[in-house]
Amino acid sequence: MTTPAAVSRQERESALIAAILDGDREKFHDLIRPYERQVYLTALSLVKNETEAEDVAQEAILRAYRKLASFRGDAKFSTWLIAITLNEARTRLRDEKRVLLDSLDNQNLENGDYTPAALTDWREVPLEALERLEIRALLGQAVAALPAAFREVVVLRDMEELSVNETAEALGISIALVKVRLHRARLLLQKRLAPQLRIELKSRKKSGILQRLPWF
Amino acid sequence: MVLKCRHVWDHISDYIEGTLDPAVRADVEKHLAHCEICSAVLDSTRNVIILIADDRVFELPVDFSKRLHARLDMVLATESPEPG
Ligand SMILES: [Zn+2]
Repeated sequence: MTTPAAVSRQERESALIAAILDGDREKFHDLIRPYERQVYLTALSLVKNETEAEDVAQEAILRAYRKLASFRGDAKFSTWLIAITLNEARTRLRDEKRVLLDSLDNQNLENGDYTPAALTDWREVPLEALERLEIRALLGQAVAALPAAFREVVVLRDMEELSVNETAEALGISIALVKVRLHRARLLLQKRLAPQLRIELKSRKKSGILQRLPWF
Repeated sequence: MVLKCRHVWDHISDYIEGTLDPAVRADVEKHLAHCEICSAVLDSTRNVIILIADDRVFELPVDFSKRLHARLDMVLATESPEPG
């Protein structure tokens, strides 16, 4: 789906890229600024350590600058950039021989049996709750605990809000596989987080903003 | 077709994505209308997705941007992109 806003963003980026390749290098700052967060989160989805993720993000962005002439307008700039970032992070993991272990962990997960947490009194979450550190920590831990193959998909689709097609393209896997992993990952997150968040939110019921919200 | 809870769970992600086949979607909705458990599972899965999409959950490290642009400045000052 291409919205008018997406078209104008793409036109703006094409103009920036042309200017950079034409010698106006400083414009690279403007080109990259909207994607800093996306690049960092993508790196973090694989390396799971903030310092290393920052390092991977910087290297990926420098690589994107050096290879800018090889960017073809047929993909979105963001998808290209994320693919570079994933590549950078994977190269680093391979160097540390962590990939093999992770892929062994992942065996059979796609076909695994699954039972969700059935908590009928946990229906809505006020976004105000996110101001609280505990809630953010629970969410962060749950995403970090996902097997790598699931975490990648969740980070790209649900955190960075790429489309399913863009996620498949960035990861170099089929759309069907993205959907399977996304489904499993979401249910794993639900199973872990629904009970935790319910307890965490309930324990604070009497303090502050939650008091006014009837569904807890 | 009458669905069991377990079958409804299999469709939750596609249901949220809005990509379910219309006939299956109708069956799922029929089930959800009377099953408290499945509608709770659906709601909480949706909540989890809303929460992790929120920018406040995963923040950039302090001064991430500052360090990045400082490093870029050094590279931009000395290197052009490689010829395509
Ligand atoms: Zn049910």
